[in-house]
Amino acid sequence: MVTLIVLHQDFWFWREARPLLFGFLPPALWYHIAYCFAASAAMAALVKWAWPGEDEEPRSGDRELGA
Amino acid sequence: MIPTLLVFGYLATVFYIGIFAFRHSGQGAEDFFLAGRSLGTTVFLLSLFGTNMTAFTILGASGHAFANGVVTFSLMASSSAIVIPLTLFFFGTRLWALGKRHGFITPVQMMRDRWECSHIGTFITLAQTAFLVPYIIISVMGGGTALSAISGGLIPYWAGGAVVAIVVMSYVFFGGMRGTAWVNTFQTILFLSFGSVTIVVIGYGMGGFAPAVETMLTDARQAVMLTRENTSMAYFVSYLFIPLSSIAFPHMSIFCLTAKRMASFKKTVVLYPLCIMAVWLPSVFLGVMANRATEVPGIQAKLEARATLAAQGPALVAEQRDELRQKAAGDDILLLLLDQYAPLWLAGLLGAGIMAAVMASDSQILALSTMVTEDLFAYYGGKERFGEALQVFTGRAFVVGVTVVAYVIALRAPGAIFDVAVQYAFTGYAAMCPLLWAALYWRRSTKWGALAAALWSVGAVAAIAVFQAVVTAPGVVLRLGGVDVIERTARGTSILGFMPVAPVTLISLVLVVGVSLATQAPGAETLARFFSRPRAAAPR
Repeated sequence: MVTLIVLHQDFWFWREARPLLFGFLPPALWYHIAYCFAASAAMAALVKWAWPGEDEEPRSGDRELGA
Repeated sequence: MIPTLLVFGYLATVFYIGIFAFRHSGQGAEDFFLAGRSLGTTVFLLSLFGTNMTAFTILGASGHAFANGVVTFSLMASSSAIVIPLTLFFFGTRLWALGKRHGFITPVQMMRDRWECSHIGTFITLAQTAFLVPYIIISVMGGGTALSAISGGLIPYWAGGAVVAIVVMSYVFFGGMRGTAWVNTFQTILFLSFGSVTIVVIGYGMGGFAPAVETMLTDARQAVMLTRENTSMAYFVSYLFIPLSSIAFPHMSIFCLTAKRMASFKKTVVLYPLCIMAVWLPSVFLGVMANRATEVPGIQAKLEARATLAAQGPALVAEQRDELRQKAAGDDILLLLLDQYAPLWLAGLLGAGIMAAVMASDSQILALSTMVTEDLFAYYGGKERFGEALQVFTGRAFVVGVTVVAYVIALRAPGAIFDVAVQYAFTGYAAMCPLLWAALYWRRSTKWGALAAALWSVGAVAAIAVFQAVVTAPGVVLRLGGVDVIERTARGTSILGFMPVAPVTLISLVLVVGVSLATQAPGAETLARFFSRPRAAAPR
């Protein structure tokens, strides 16, 4: 997680407008789009391997709304 | 006319959702304020995300990108994409577990129990209230402005504000948290579908984005908008502290208590970064691309105002500069783009999407009502004296009261004051984040540490507000050994190059730790209630 937070500070692309992804996305955008996917993957890893798991069971008689 | 009708159709839909939720609601405070802790995974994810989205997400983000370029996405969106899910994972799940185990409805109830305190909890409630109220007023103002703009001035600001305020008040009043969650779910679906459709339609209208980007790269003034050259690294790093405020906002932390299972957080934290990307990317990218939409008269006028400001700024008097800044501001940039490139029906759907964004006050009004009812009315004896039914009645009455007061203020006060207040609120809530960490994870934390951090948060925000009101930008106020320590900048205040939120939050953390270590820890029995794991989930 610390690595991911460090990777957010992408100083190596600070002054770069190229290469353009799909001809219109500069690095400041495509890198951070990829970063959002990486953040999602990191959260999935946290959920899988570091889930707190306390009080998981719902109370009896509770109704559930939505899915 | 068509966009106005579509927006009224949207308002009628959310009103009906509130009434529908009312028909499905049960009895008691927990049902009204927390939807009976019964939200399933999908509703929890979509409504939690919707709760955190405001008018800024669509209108403000595109306006910021229009002026500052692609940096807006990494400053505000991708930083939130990592920080907010982390806070939900670590703080949200633990809040949920403690809330369920001990029946807490607000974070302050938990803090009072956790730190064995009374009036300190009241102070924290009042501090949270002070930071939250400007948001509610801004939302009411946004409703009036948006409805007036979408109807082409047919509906005046005062009537638009009244219509939106009445609709929000109605579904919060009747539906409570259940109605608010369902409406937020509907709104989030609108946000998510709106962005992708809009970017395709406008891209097609502009003849594709690739030629526009290549043209920008040939103009030095516009090419910098595709990089982050105009933003300092310290300023960029500071923005990582802003999303810490999210979990400390009462409407977010209270919302964490509504999930039926802790497992509902799993999909929420995994999908949250992708939802942020889906909503912010179209807003930011279209804001940047608007710099090439010179055939739109309104945008051309903004670009000319910006160029004049850049060329003659120092020679102009303050009033002229302010007037040019107002002309160059891009909060309506998305509306202008759609007006030019989108068919009427899409402009109408956009109007509904914008209304969904500016109606973010629902969860804030409900949170304020919950805090006043639970942390003040019930805590100081109202529940015991008058019973739970009156407690819910008080909550509903407060929803009406807050809406009416916010509407009256929105009609009479200048919006700029509250825009500024909202910026300060981010700093205040970020500085209160260490309180949550200490309460939830640090056994040794004490009520005095919490009080020190809360006092610091309020005091620091007030000091920054006074400083920015008194000192004119730009100017260095404190320089030590050739280093600019405190500087008044056009963007606000800079402390060693960082935004105030960074040092204010770190000092808050130091105060919680330092003062707690110097004072007596809570009793062993209290600590056992909070830090020993239950053998099994006990039915209440």
